[in-house]
Amino acid sequence: MSSIVFWLLAIVTVGAALAVVVLRDVFRAALSLVLLFLTIAVLYITLYADFLAVVQILIYVGAISILIIVAVMLTRDVWHGSPPGKLRIPAIVVSVLLLGTMVYTVVSSKWETSSEPPLQPTTAAIGTNLFSQGGYVMPVEISAVLLLAAILGAIVLIRDK
Amino acid sequence: MEVGLNHYLILSAVLFCIGLYGVLAKRNAVVILMCIEIMLNAVNIALVAFSRYVVPVFLTGQIFAIFVITVAAAEAAVGIAIIITIYRRRESVDIDKFDLMKW
Repeated sequence: MSSIVFWLLAIVTVGAALAVVVLRDVFRAALSLVLLFLTIAVLYITLYADFLAVVQILIYVGAISILIIVAVMLTRDVWHGSPPGKLRIPAIVVSVLLLGTMVYTVVSSKWETSSEPPLQPTTAAIGTNLFSQGGYVMPVEISAVLLLAAILGAIVLIRDK
Repeated sequence: MEVGLNHYLILSAVLFCIGLYGVLAKRNAVVILMCIEIMLNAVNIALVAFSRYVVPVFLTGQIFAIFVITVAAAEAAVGIAIIITIYRRRESVDIDKFDLMKW
């Protein structure tokens, strides 16, 4: 059952990613990017990462995709589409080579997988892991500063002089 | 065949390479930003898969994925601000015409 779900999700995910790259209409590419984000949220659920699935939907499907669609509409080059540039053939070669290397490495490595049952639900455990002693309090603070810097940077860049 | 760690890692690698192709080959700056988001999502899938299959009770990979999502959100905001600023000046999002920093 779970393998059927995985294969379906894998096909939809790869198809949506290919559509983002191949489609010439930028707006359709943005819509298939939304589909990609949604299927990745479902993939997180199959990996027992319920909190991350909700975060994925909130941030990617809710915020980043809206941001990208607004950017597509503000830049009126939509009608010119997104033609591939001069580097098309080298780009294909580089990505296929990298894909081959990564697949070979993944298949030939002996991963030490654990047979323990996954933690469920994960929200409380992530919270205690993030904020407990010896946890990730410092990175959380730094990411707060990073977000503030990003907001300020975006405002400064966009503002009319 | 049982779905395991390898399946998720290979799916992540495929997505990463599709995103890489888009970043290298596309000319529209907004599409390049979308492809960067695909690559970041591919990395997140690998992190969560490692977290599920290698250390199922520690959730380290999921916490890393949360930080990656944070950085991706910041990157998208600043990236789109830069693209719109350049679009205002140049009336174009064609990456071939963005040669402001060439001397």
